[in-house]
Amino acid sequence: MAFGRSSRRKRPVEPVTLKILVAGGFGVGKTTMVGAVSEIRPLRTEERLSEAGRPVDDIAGVEGKSTTTVAMDFGRITLREDLVLYLFGTPGQDRFWFLWDELAQGALGAVVLADTRRLEDCFAAVDYFERRAIPFTVAVNLFEGAEQFPTETVRAALDLDPEVPVLLCDARDRTSVRDVLVAVVEHAMVRADGLREPATT
Amino acid sequence: MSADSVRDTASGSPPAPATAGSSRWYDAEAGPVVRPYAMTRGRTSSASRHRLDLIAIVVPEPAADDPGRDQTLSPEHVEIVRLCNDLPQSIAELASGLDLPVGVVRVLVGDLVEDELVHVTRPVPPAELPDVSILREVINGLRAL
Repeated sequence: MAFGRSSRRKRPVEPVTLKILVAGGFGVGKTTMVGAVSEIRPLRTEERLSEAGRPVDDIAGVEGKSTTTVAMDFGRITLREDLVLYLFGTPGQDRFWFLWDELAQGALGAVVLADTRRLEDCFAAVDYFERRAIPFTVAVNLFEGAEQFPTETVRAALDLDPEVPVLLCDARDRTSVRDVLVAVVEHAMVRADGLREPATT
Repeated sequence: MSADSVRDTASGSPPAPATAGSSRWYDAEAGPVVRPYAMTRGRTSSASRHRLDLIAIVVPEPAADDPGRDQTLSPEHVEIVRLCNDLPQSIAELASGLDLPVGVVRVLVGDLVEDELVHVTRPVPPAELPDVSILREVINGLRAL
């Protein structure tokens, strides 16, 4: 019966979905950060490189052991029944950059997770989001035993624009990660306002 | 298979077998029994016009009540409809739940869209910014966590 189901249960809600990327160097805590706020155990999806790199190629039969797969971690936060936020941890290795373009499409904003002991690991991510004008926030993951620097020092070291928020955080802590995400969205909102109402001088 | 030989030449040599002295792979080493793209009959893109976003939500149509009755659907198609009947979910979640590459899920969902068994929500187009009121709701929602 074509309409059998709708009489038995209400139509499924179609939520608005948004995504925020979590970027940064290898081992900086991206998966931990996603896991700290996700309502689901961070999921993992694999993209086959031969496919991702050659989208029109028919690879049936050649996708054997020689293809590399790259995993993306992601989590979900249901803010309301009709509003869902997805977090995607970007692949850490530089050679998977082309996957970022797909992830970055339509992203609301991004977190660049930084470790002050290896600050250079996040240069590439900062550069990527600056070039594509994706609003991002730098979150310094406070590793135990690592020397703490004022956010202004980090800002100067990364040569960030003054409006880019820099926060200290603990990627394991739900409240701390939530505050980082709020900062990302607030930053995106300021940016959106600015673009909609160009300053009249 | 010319693509195969090109790939092998590029990577130097075929990957070494898991066990030294053995020329065969066993069990999990051999990969899935059905290769992922066999499920799509070799297709790597679907007929649908839009590339499905990772966070596009797959919503079953009322006609998809009993997809098992449609003999032309594969078990994976049926499973996608079943999962989304429980709770509409994103392409990324389906790929993870079915343990299939995102590319395969895109093709399968494309088939279901074609058959009008599901429809797919389009996320905010990349060129447009999400509405400020939505951003405000996101902030409120996050603060309430």
